[in-house]
Amino acid sequence: MIPSYRIKTRIFTVIVILTNVFGNFLLGLGLRQVGSLVGRSPLAYIFALFNPLVAVGVGLLIAWMLSHMALLSWADLSYVLPITSIGYALTAFMGWIFLHELVSPTRWAGVALIVLGVIMVGHTAPRSPKPDAVAEPETVLEEVFTR
Amino acid sequence: MKWLLVAIVVATTTVGEVVQAMGMKHHGEIHDFSPTALGRVLATLTRNRYILISFLAMAFSFFAFMALISVADLSFAVPATAASYVMETILAKVLLKEHIGFKRWAGALLVTGGVTLLSM
Repeated sequence: MIPSYRIKTRIFTVIVILTNVFGNFLLGLGLRQVGSLVGRSPLAYIFALFNPLVAVGVGLLIAWMLSHMALLSWADLSYVLPITSIGYALTAFMGWIFLHELVSPTRWAGVALIVLGVIMVGHTAPRSPKPDAVAEPETVLEEVFTR
Repeated sequence: MKWLLVAIVVATTTVGEVVQAMGMKHHGEIHDFSPTALGRVLATLTRNRYILISFLAMAFSFFAFMALISVADLSFAVPATAASYVMETILAKVLLKEHIGFKRWAGALLVTGGVTLLSM
C-alpha cells in the first residue's frame, strides 16, 4: 500500500477539506442546541460533548487533525494552508443552504477570491526542494510530472 | 469578548500548526498507509516533542473556538480566525525555510483577501 506522491496528496487534501467543513458544521449546529459556553464551568464543555451532533463533529475534527498531520509530513505548510482554505468557501455555502445564514454579495466575492487563490497555489509543487540535500532522482521526476 | 476569543484562537492556532509542521517534517514523509504502519507512526508521534506541544496549543485553540462559536455565528467565527494564515505563511518561510514563489504569495494573499471579505 504505497500510493504515489501525487495521488496521496490529492486524496489527503480532499479528506482534510471535507472532515474540516463537516466537523465545524456539525459542531456549530450542536452548540446552537447546547447554548452559550462563555463564563460557564469547564464541566459545561464536557457535557456539551454528550450532544450527538457535537460528538460527531468532534470525531470528524479528530480525523481532520490526523489527516492534516499526514499531509504535512510531505507537503509544505504554505501549500497546505491556502489549498485547504477552500473549506471556508464551503462553510459559507453550507451555512447559507442549511443554517439559512445570510450571505451578502461581499461574501460571495470573498468566496470567488478564495477559489482563485486556491487555483494559484494548486499550480505550485506541494513541497519545496530540499536546500541542503541532493534530491532523489525519483522525487525530482515525480515533481516535474506533478506540475 | 468575541474579539478576545478570536485573538486567543488565532495565536494558539498559529503556534499549533507551525510547530506541528515542524514535528511532521522531523518525523519524515509517511509512505506506508497499512494499519500496522500507521499504528507505528502514531506510536512514534506520541514521543515527538513538537507534536506534543502542538497538541497542547491546539487544545487551547479548540476550546477557545468552541466558546467563540457558542456566542457568534459560524460564518463570522471561521473567517475571523483565518488571520492566522498570514502569520503562518510568514513563519513557514522564516522558520520552516519553505520556498514561497510568486504564485504561492499571490494565492495566499488572494485567500486572505477572500477570507476577509467573507467575514464582513
